[in-house]
Amino acid sequence: MPHRMPEGGVLIDRSRPIRFRFNGEELQGYVGDTLASALMANDKVLLGRSFKYHRPRGLIASGAEEPNALLGVGEGGRFEPNQRATMTELYDGLVATSQNHWPSLEFDIGAMNAAVANRIPVFSAGFYYKTFMYPRAAWKHVYEPFIRHAAGLGQAPTDPDPDVYEHYHTFCDVLVVGGGVAGLMAARRAAEAGAEVLLIEQTGHWGGRALTDTDTLIDGQPADAWAEAMAASLAAMPNVRMRTRIMGAGGYDHGWWLLYERVAEHSPGEEGMPRHRLWKVRAKQCVVATGAIERPLTFAENDKPGVMLASAVRDYIRLYGVRPARSAVVVANNDDAYRTALSLHRAGATVKAVLDTRAEANGALPGEARALGIPVRPGYGIAKVEGTMRVETVRIAPLADPSAVQLLVCDLVAMSGGWSPVVHLFSHGGGKLRWEEEMAMFRPEPERGAPIGPDGSVNTRCAGAANGALAAGDCLSDAVAVGDAAAEALGRQAPPAMPEVAAPAESPMEPHWFTPASGKYAHGNKHFVDFQNDVTAADIRLAAREGYESVEHTKRYTTLGMATDQGKTSNINGLALLAEARGEPIPAVGTTTFRPPYMPISLGSIAGRSRGDLFKVIRETPMHAWHAANGGDFEPVGDWFRPYCYRRAGEDRDAAVAREVLNARGKVGLLDATTLGKIVVKGPDAPSFLDLIYTNMMSSLKIGACRYGLMCNENGFLFDDGVVVRMAEDEYLLHTTTGGADRVHGHLEEWLQTEWWDLQVFTQNVTEQWAQIAIAGPQSRATLAAAGLVLEEGTLQDLAFMRYAPARISDLPVRLYRISFSGELAFELACPASAGMGLWERLLAAGADHGIQPYGTEALHVMRAEKGFIMIGDETDGTVTPQDLGLSWAVSKKKADFIGKRAFDRIDITREDRKQLVGLLTEDPTVVLPDGAHAVAEVKAAGQPMKTIGHVTSTYRSPVLGRSIAMALIERGRERMGEVLDFPLEGGSVIRATVSDPVFYDKEGARNA
Amino acid sequence: MHELQRVSAAPAVAGAVHESGHFVRVAESGLRGQVTLRGDLATPAMARAVNEAVGLAVPDRLRGNFDGPRAVLWMARDELMLLLPHEEARAAAAQASAALSDTHHLAIDVSDARTIFTLTGENAAALLAKGAPVDLSATGFPVGTVRRTHLGEIAIAFWRREETVWEVMGFRSTAPHLAEWLRTSSLLGAAV
Repeated sequence: MPHRMPEGGVLIDRSRPIRFRFNGEELQGYVGDTLASALMANDKVLLGRSFKYHRPRGLIASGAEEPNALLGVGEGGRFEPNQRATMTELYDGLVATSQNHWPSLEFDIGAMNAAVANRIPVFSAGFYYKTFMYPRAAWKHVYEPFIRHAAGLGQAPTDPDPDVYEHYHTFCDVLVVGGGVAGLMAARRAAEAGAEVLLIEQTGHWGGRALTDTDTLIDGQPADAWAEAMAASLAAMPNVRMRTRIMGAGGYDHGWWLLYERVAEHSPGEEGMPRHRLWKVRAKQCVVATGAIERPLTFAENDKPGVMLASAVRDYIRLYGVRPARSAVVVANNDDAYRTALSLHRAGATVKAVLDTRAEANGALPGEARALGIPVRPGYGIAKVEGTMRVETVRIAPLADPSAVQLLVCDLVAMSGGWSPVVHLFSHGGGKLRWEEEMAMFRPEPERGAPIGPDGSVNTRCAGAANGALAAGDCLSDAVAVGDAAAEALGRQAPPAMPEVAAPAESPMEPHWFTPASGKYAHGNKHFVDFQNDVTAADIRLAAREGYESVEHTKRYTTLGMATDQGKTSNINGLALLAEARGEPIPAVGTTTFRPPYMPISLGSIAGRSRGDLFKVIRETPMHAWHAANGGDFEPVGDWFRPYCYRRAGEDRDAAVAREVLNARGKVGLLDATTLGKIVVKGPDAPSFLDLIYTNMMSSLKIGACRYGLMCNENGFLFDDGVVVRMAEDEYLLHTTTGGADRVHGHLEEWLQTEWWDLQVFTQNVTEQWAQIAIAGPQSRATLAAAGLVLEEGTLQDLAFMRYAPARISDLPVRLYRISFSGELAFELACPASAGMGLWERLLAAGADHGIQPYGTEALHVMRAEKGFIMIGDETDGTVTPQDLGLSWAVSKKKADFIGKRAFDRIDITREDRKQLVGLLTEDPTVVLPDGAHAVAEVKAAGQPMKTIGHVTSTYRSPVLGRSIAMALIERGRERMGEVLDFPLEGGSVIRATVSDPVFYDKEGARNA
Repeated sequence: MHELQRVSAAPAVAGAVHESGHFVRVAESGLRGQVTLRGDLATPAMARAVNEAVGLAVPDRLRGNFDGPRAVLWMARDELMLLLPHEEARAAAAQASAALSDTHHLAIDVSDARTIFTLTGENAAALLAKGAPVDLSATGFPVGTVRRTHLGEIAIAFWRREETVWEVMGFRSTAPHLAEWLRTSSLLGAAV
């Protein structure tokens, strides 16, 4: 039975006990514990149910590779499913719950799957593909709901996440991933050579396996002491940055690395502290010193709680002072696992036997075990593990005769099938691997391919165990060589040095992929390979029988390695079993692809600070605060927030818009037009440049005059419009649509930089420099006068329509344009943005006696529609020409060329049945056509296809006309004046409307005379 | 009659200072005169125009020259930005334009287009590194370096005036976003 030993545990602080809860039960651990070690110390062996069969599962590992102990951690907004207990640091008040069971962890209905699976092949390889084919209707009504209910691990959180997350960019000469002996050594070499080093470690402490396996002496010191001293010496070097709790998540092109830092995960809720920080690193060189992961052995019922990786068993003893069992059986194919037998023995547990799948076990470590009286049985394996919820007995048998079983009573099985180098980060960037037969592992083969930097030379190397150098001596000499190689690639060199390593000699491991069993276990359907996805040896063999040749296909067919652990403990075993079943060598069935991230990272870390108030930038005009304080009901326009209308008490949007329209047409209205794009175009070639950009002539514009201009793309389609002002002989000010400012500026620069680079023209986007205010209505002139507006030359009364005048209010220089988007007598006034709020308030005060009211974007839209003015994005959709909109008058026939001109000769543009802009007056004036409603040639019964002849582009209730109005693009629209069109709606009703001129109000333009 | 007061940013942003509880002091730096100057940066006329306006030399690529409230920043291969007292900017733009009248150029007062924040502290670079993909180390970004880049989602420029003093410039309309980003990212708990 697992328990906390009275002493020991190098990572825990016994003076600082902390409380936590698991499935409602209050438990105690220590600062320094992981959730896994604390649960084990409390004899919590059963931690969850498996995905498919809902089999009871417990801890296997002590690190990132843990496939079973996935728990829900936290509560409310901080709840997060699928957290590895082995990687979750314990904190005071931590709340954890087990997953994937109902009604309780101990008694689970879903385990019926497993019971049934004994008789019929439920969830075997390809189960979904084979089962859910017929009958067809059953997919929707039976199979899919069932799968959805059963699918997935854990519950998604439902409350908003209260934590913050952020990104961090950094640069270094050498990034060293992994703070074990190899990482420390390689970092030391690179740092001594003078490189700027960033050394990261995914756990909270330096040393890696050296913390546990202290029987290795480095330079005469035990490995853990050496690691501590080395970490301290690195910390003292000014060119070394060291960070714990950072995982190398992904390696990308040219030294671009994604790292994942757990900042506040172990202390949630600290003010301002991000929970996770995503590092984006540019490293000139990278050393991948990520160690190796121990492989399970594949024997019957090897998934029972209490069956663990051998290395993890001694980790819990040494690091956390937790003894996982009173009595144990160790089963292995290598010498290293004997360290676990020794560790268990020294911790006071009874090691009933070490079963060695090799024919002989004569290394130093087996010798040490024998000397302590631990029975060593070469040529043995486990025939079957027994126990209801955890290991109770183990049936062992000679590999040569699986039926000759003997019974051992124990509560722990420590297994070791050898080690797999963690080559993930090397592989992300394109590093190639080769199968090494003797050590039964894939190790890097940089000669065939390695990640490269921007100059095309190798920039990423594995070091130590990650490079396949498992023995301590090899590991350190490899780390020295790789650290030196990274430095050399930077043109740096450290004085030669090589640590002296003394470690017990180890005999070679021997691959052992499947332990035979007898009876109903013989086929391997309880020999688990992928613990997280419940894939067994039988599944892989079935796939092989059904013709799956490549591991990539087998993976998808059986779901091997496709769970959240991405097969860290299962891929190699699965591969070997497939190869064995096919009678092929392992490399022949291929390898799976490693993809980032190494371990799952939080979605919050990817979003970073882009959430809540900072989710998306909201651009605000200088008058924004006034709008917000005065009933402004905002809508997004581009990235800006503009008032749709200003609502007074008791007013809805429609009433506010109607009031604003009537007030502007009857008295005077004020609009914040700051968001309109403003681009200065200056230079000797500015006139000819603008003649090429606009469809109409701009070179003929007089200084001080304004002209409405259209811009088309090279296909002849209208994409922006606005008023152009000639400020000087060689200088123009272009107004663009609100959303089009950046696009138009980019368009101008693209043509200037790529096609017309010989033109002497500068363009400058000055949208942000100016606050701009439209004053519209019969009292607009009087309001400006009352505000104290004085023109630099001439008088306000004499300023003609479409003219510009520099002016001032008090000592504030302003620009006055007499332009109108409402058909009223109207002006636009621009001032430097710093004075925008002041000018706005000055105009409101000046217009108070004249009945001034601000109006929003909707009143603007209604008024322009009443006048038949088009709006980019309403009347245009990227397929509409100026001619379609009746704007031929703004398309020059004189100019030799302009963007779009050639396109106007295309057959599609010149055909006579194009859609044309018209007005629409509904037969019932109270009915407003829905936006986008389609006109049809002939109304047919519901469900019958109808030929559409056009659609509504703008539609409003006109307060000044007291009826609805609409604009539409209709096939041959201009020929249809007076024709009544049908607009069938959803639900079968039909709106009838008469085609009219699109100018509904003040056709003669008397109001702006 | 209502005063035509000049303000550097939205009410919640203008003049705001965050110091206590922050690992970097973040302060909106008020009205600053800003003039965009475009033309051939290598000409004697440009050197004269810049010298007349701010008394400084044309900076090298990605560099700025500084003298109290006056500075000249390299913005692009044909673009500089002059910093000077706000009330001088309009005249300075006109004067520069006159000095460059014989060459193709643009000199324009854009003093109100951008809002500037001053970051002070040993770890100011770490604050910017949370949003800008730029090497901000002492060697990668020595004093006097200028960079146009992005901070999170928004376009910005920043420069290192002194070892521990940085200035960050963003478009005026995005200043509330930039201010909030700098405020929350500089909280003590978020120190890197």
